[in-house]
Amino acid sequence: MLKVLRGTRRLYVQCRNNSQAVVIGSEPNRNDPYFQENKLKMDELVDELRRKTGEVLKGGPEDSVKRHISRGKLLVRDRINRLVDEGSDVLELSTLAATDMYKGQVPCAGIVTAIGKVHGHECMIIANDATVKGGTYFPITVKKHLRAQSIAQECRLPCIYLVDSGGAHLPDQAEVFPDREHFGRSFYNQANMSAEGIPQISVVMGSCTAGGAYVPSMSDESIIIKNQGTIFLAGPPLVKAATGESVSAEDLGGADLHCRQSGVTDHYAIDDEHALALARNVVANLNWNNEQRARIYSAKIDEPVHNIDDLHGIVGANIQRPFDIREVIARIVDGSRFHEFKQLYGETLICGFASLYGHPIGVIGNNGVLESEAALKGSHFIQLCATRKIPLLFLQNITGFMVGKDAEAGGIAKNGAKMVTAVSCFKGPKITVIVGGSFGAGNYGMCGRSFSPSFMYMWPNARISVMGGPQAATVLSLIAKEKALREGKEWTDEDERKVRAPLEAQFEREGIPYYSTARLWDDGIIAPKDTRKVIGLSLSAALNAPFRDSKFGVFRM
Amino acid sequence: MWYFRHINKIRPSLNLKSLARFNHVQVKESIKRLQISKVLIANRGEIACRVMRTAKKLGIRTVAVYSDADKHAMHVEMADEAYHIGPAPSAQSYLNAAKILDIAKKSNSHAIHPGYGFLSENVEFCEKCTKEGVIFIGPPPSAIRDMGIKSTSKAIMSSAGVPIVRGYHGEDQSIERLQAEAQKVGFPLMIKAVRGGGGKGMRIAMTEEEFLPQLESAKRESLKSFGDDNMLLEQYITDPRHVEVQVFADMHGNVVHLFERDCSVQRRHQKIIEEAPAPGLSENTRKAIGEAAVRAARAVGYVGAGTVEFILHRVTHEFHFMEMNTRLQVEHPITEMITGTDLVEWQLRVAGGEPLPLTQEEVVRRGHAVECRIYAEEPSAGFLPRAGTLHRLRQPAPEDNVRIETGVREGQEVSVHYDPMIAKLVVWGRDRNEALAKTRAKLSEYQVAGLETNVNFLLRLSGATAFVSGDVHTAFIPQHEAELFPASDQRLANQRSIHAALGFLLNSQRNNSITPNWKGISVESASWRPNYQLRKTIPLKFEDKDLKVTIEYETAPNSYRVQVNDGEWQQIEATLRDTELGLRLITRIGDRTSNVGLLTYEDQVHVYDENGQTVHYIPRPKYQAGSEEDVAISQNSACSPTPGVMERILVAKGDKVVKGQPLFVVIAMKMEYVVRSPRDGVVANVAAVKQGDAVGKGAQIVLLEDAS
Repeated sequence: MLKVLRGTRRLYVQCRNNSQAVVIGSEPNRNDPYFQENKLKMDELVDELRRKTGEVLKGGPEDSVKRHISRGKLLVRDRINRLVDEGSDVLELSTLAATDMYKGQVPCAGIVTAIGKVHGHECMIIANDATVKGGTYFPITVKKHLRAQSIAQECRLPCIYLVDSGGAHLPDQAEVFPDREHFGRSFYNQANMSAEGIPQISVVMGSCTAGGAYVPSMSDESIIIKNQGTIFLAGPPLVKAATGESVSAEDLGGADLHCRQSGVTDHYAIDDEHALALARNVVANLNWNNEQRARIYSAKIDEPVHNIDDLHGIVGANIQRPFDIREVIARIVDGSRFHEFKQLYGETLICGFASLYGHPIGVIGNNGVLESEAALKGSHFIQLCATRKIPLLFLQNITGFMVGKDAEAGGIAKNGAKMVTAVSCFKGPKITVIVGGSFGAGNYGMCGRSFSPSFMYMWPNARISVMGGPQAATVLSLIAKEKALREGKEWTDEDERKVRAPLEAQFEREGIPYYSTARLWDDGIIAPKDTRKVIGLSLSAALNAPFRDSKFGVFRM
Repeated sequence: MWYFRHINKIRPSLNLKSLARFNHVQVKESIKRLQISKVLIANRGEIACRVMRTAKKLGIRTVAVYSDADKHAMHVEMADEAYHIGPAPSAQSYLNAAKILDIAKKSNSHAIHPGYGFLSENVEFCEKCTKEGVIFIGPPPSAIRDMGIKSTSKAIMSSAGVPIVRGYHGEDQSIERLQAEAQKVGFPLMIKAVRGGGGKGMRIAMTEEEFLPQLESAKRESLKSFGDDNMLLEQYITDPRHVEVQVFADMHGNVVHLFERDCSVQRRHQKIIEEAPAPGLSENTRKAIGEAAVRAARAVGYVGAGTVEFILHRVTHEFHFMEMNTRLQVEHPITEMITGTDLVEWQLRVAGGEPLPLTQEEVVRRGHAVECRIYAEEPSAGFLPRAGTLHRLRQPAPEDNVRIETGVREGQEVSVHYDPMIAKLVVWGRDRNEALAKTRAKLSEYQVAGLETNVNFLLRLSGATAFVSGDVHTAFIPQHEAELFPASDQRLANQRSIHAALGFLLNSQRNNSITPNWKGISVESASWRPNYQLRKTIPLKFEDKDLKVTIEYETAPNSYRVQVNDGEWQQIEATLRDTELGLRLITRIGDRTSNVGLLTYEDQVHVYDENGQTVHYIPRPKYQAGSEEDVAISQNSACSPTPGVMERILVAKGDKVVKGQPLFVVIAMKMEYVVRSPRDGVVANVAAVKQGDAVGKGAQIVLLEDAS
């Protein structure tokens, strides 16, 4: 039973005490060849995901990893492991960013962003990997850095920057420096987060040259490692060129200078381990969220009734094979209990209430194309959750809104718009997982990237594009055929193939999760069986921020 | 509870009526019977507690005395009243006879129980008590005096028909006479300078042929060392056994023995394991040695509890009187176990003038009892005593046949000022094998942290082949060194390192496992990582060797892959449980499940398993270990090797010293530690420590620098 220490918790408790809700989901026939084929294919996809992740974890080229270690420095993930509490989960984001970009030379985009707990506080950790091109900022590195900051700002997570970077990757300076969402934005974010009271902490573990010098300088508190960390606007070669002055890096911007003279840094560390211990001490002294932390109570959390591993056999790799989204919900939420809303209306959109690790959550999932009724139901449900301050989980497997004369006549455009409005204006935490297809306006209605979900993930079987490849090919080949016929030319099967093939190939290439995650269209690819954990950690992080009131725009009636 | 059978016969009151039951004893009507209703225990630690337990059982009020160091000790808390008697050093507290007697009178105590050690065999104290009208629970002063002087005691014994070591102490020092006497005594034989000491002028002749050359050599050395070459001859017994007999006498002339104890296995001339009865003795020998002991006690008019010690030949079982201890011995519980008696109760009754509760015929023995002394000491470092805080002390639970005699509790100090014994484990079994097996089982339940102990050593000793077969003697430990101090078994060592590393890791994440679910969400932390497994390397130090254990979390809960150094990877399941016995680490490797005790404190990880306890150290990070400059300093410094008391500092700031020159002397456990200069140099600094100050292990006393 739950023990409630404050009256303000009562609303949650009533929702959490969801034992009246129906247990949904079913036990699959695991000997069914269809199930087995699905499982085989999904297993392969997950293996591929783990293999690709394993490659990325190696960091930069072998010799630069060796050089890094020989200097007594810890590798970037070892740094994070020492920074977080022993046993803390680490929700690393977009590990496969920059996959197949820049000739594969910038694994993980050269920067690790992760949410982990330090002294029990969820923190956003932004850590350069100096073994990857000296930790320099490629365009995608900047994007990943900014994405992490935006999560931190939205969720109100303290930021810890583990700085070990040579600054902008100069050959790409045009894509890194000048624009609004470029490098400078990260300092703008630091200033504004600090203004909002979100702690900004830097650990200088390597170079902070030129622009990089502002990371520690704009932090609330900063730590530097002697004979290892340096901060200066211009390095020794540039100083020599500019003024003729000969000076060592340590004398120009080392720990002694900045801790004893300039005051740019506050804490003096002798090595990585020391610096990370100091960073933990800084977090311990933030006086952060103490008021809420006092209200600790423990709740018995029921795991889902159904085995999450069966998702592989239920979903499979072929997105054309339909599956009941309730089977997915049943394997994510507490006790597989789901209180479904409007079960008999607009049946292609499943809406309902559940709890996740003890916290109430509204779940919206697709069981087919969105029709008018489904869109209306979804809009209604989102408003309910906004009113009740219940976070939303979107499970996307959507080919789009219904098309055709009847649909248009039924106002699918305005009804779809209602759902898009509702999703846009919902201001609580919303988490999106693409578990199958994500096509067209369906992506919008189901809280795609443009709709600022707090977190967004993809399964390895997912596909994302404006429409399906074959559909796009059909559209384009029809137009080409019309044009050809209009010009009195012949239209052969060969012509048809020539139009279709490259387009289908392009859609397939650009629709796969690795293409998406490489470009930060999502926050990472996750294995189906990790879904409950990932959503739980994401929701836990998102709940650091107050649940804001939603104010909706005009719903066209 | 067989051994309490007799005790139950005795009514817990001290009145004359109860004596009617003991109609077998002679009752001298002249003996004045005193009602002891309050007793002062002039001791500390386990024996003080043990005496109080019996006193309480008999309805006797108890008075404790304590030094500064024992303010919060167990014996103080157990007593009905307690009085402070002075500073920590025993000379100023537990040996302060006048003060103790003063308190006895002040507190209206009828009697003083001296325990063992301290004032227990102090004639003057005994006499003073009698003079002041306070009963000294022990023998009359004359008996203590007689037994305290070796030559006197031997003469008394010899005339009472107690076998003593054959020898020649005569004045006729002619070679012929000595040779003739030597033949009479037999070989091997010890030739000793009359004025000798410290092994000087002492030789052993194994055979008759060796006698003359050895005699000459001894004479030469004696003349050179003492200016005198008079010699005495004594029978030399190679690696004998130490067998002692518990005797008890009352004021009415009754004397009984309560069988013998074997205390042969010793280190630093102190007992660590004792058993009763002595293994391998024939009933005839047992009877003979018991009767000899009774004769010895009678010869000095003994009263109370005493122990007659004999040297017993390993093979012939011939025995000779060595000395008599006129007090209750540390190892008395094993006698109680096999005879079903409470010797402290006997002491109190006898001191009150009652006759002995049992006749010799009624004293029967059953089964076998073993006592292990758990000491704070380091067996691998020559059994050097250790002192410090008992950060953890978990002992086996007392049972019908298991007694735990202790005077300290978890969190308390083992002080440099007193005996470093932590506890006595006393176990009874139907036979010797059962008693030994149970002893080992109980020893492995010991969990001690903060101090090194001899628990592992006792486990190996009590399981050593020769010990189990009963082949005990005084040179047992040096003779079986290889078995008692085995080279480490790599497989076992690896397993323990895995336990230490996993235990450390699981324990350090234990408090972080539940999310502070202040927003109503609680995702249990499990070192989870997306699409990969966390791998952690735990550096450890074990027996001064560095090693590392790499642990990879597996997807299944509580499942890991582990590797020691660069060895094989092993699949292991592990969970940590918080139980009444402390933290338990339960692991499964293949089909083998093991359940071991775990304790982490400061930088130590203790693992307690069936082979005893092991300590792994987690190396401190560089920033905590101090800077490189500090490391250099340690090579320039001379530190106290042990916790102890500063005896004297032999150098002053500015002195030139050479390598090996004594710098200071520390006294710990009656032993002097002379610390010598590690190198040539000049004394840069001397710590502000005076004579008599306590110094910790590793305390830097002298700092050296290069001579300029």
